[in-house]
Amino acid sequence: MALDPSFVGRKYAPTPAYEVGREKIREFADAIGDPNPVYRDPEAARSLGYPDVIAPPTFAIVLSMRAGSQVVADPDLGLDYSRVVHGEQRFVYTRPIRAGDRLTVTVSVESIRSAAGNDLLTTRGDIATVDGEPVVTAYSTLVARGTAGG
Amino acid sequence: MAVRYDDVEVGTELPPQAFPVRRVNLVMYAGASGDFNVIHWNERVAKAVGLPNVIAHGMFTMAEACRVVTDWVGDPGAIEEYGVRFTRPVVVPDDDRGASLEVTGRVADKLDGKRVAVDLTARSAGETVLARARAVVRLG
Repeated sequence: MALDPSFVGRKYAPTPAYEVGREKIREFADAIGDPNPVYRDPEAARSLGYPDVIAPPTFAIVLSMRAGSQVVADPDLGLDYSRVVHGEQRFVYTRPIRAGDRLTVTVSVESIRSAAGNDLLTTRGDIATVDGEPVVTAYSTLVARGTAGG
Repeated sequence: MAVRYDDVEVGTELPPQAFPVRRVNLVMYAGASGDFNVIHWNERVAKAVGLPNVIAHGMFTMAEACRVVTDWVGDPGAIEEYGVRFTRPVVVPDDDRGASLEVTGRVADKLDGKRVAVDLTARSAGETVLARARAVVRLG
């Protein structure tokens, strides 16, 4: 089943605030095996000009993927999640995410298209502080294999 | 130690790195990221959906590849853009060695504002696993 093209441009309400903690950043850095002290030691972060430890660049996916589930799980969209793989991912940073940030994600549907029998859904997640300061934008393309034109 | 814009040119190669990818890494990544998709930890389910074995999270691969850039530049906050296309999965066998991810990077373009574009390659078991992997980084 093809995806409902009327979803393009749809914008969802901002997610509830996510508070970024030092230990969550450390856990994520440990999980990717990255020993960089700027992810763990506030002094190391301050020496680079940051007020607190910063998160690895791809940490933004923790927020954007959770927020994107609003779209992916919307039954009206018609996405067969059992056939979905992650096709592309891109982040555009205004500044790094850091401990103490209170962040919300505003998700919108960027594009829906078909290619080689697959449906491609691109969502955009604008991650900003609760005060409205932009931090990072995440573009995620999901591919539903073999679902187009059915 | 910071890399200076004036010291790099198009074609400058970043130090390549090889990252081990074992089952324990995927379990840790699942917990830290909140992505509990079964194909990243359950061999039975992975094979039932046609995969050769458990595969790494694409985002884990993306995170490892990024380290070639962040280790080079020193300050991970200097990355302004980072994007990849996932072409093939990194297959992770249930043994003590797991898989290996080999990442290279080279400066593809010098941009205004002392920024450079770095193109990355990522291979596992002889196959390219990321395409169009590019980071835009601010240098000193």
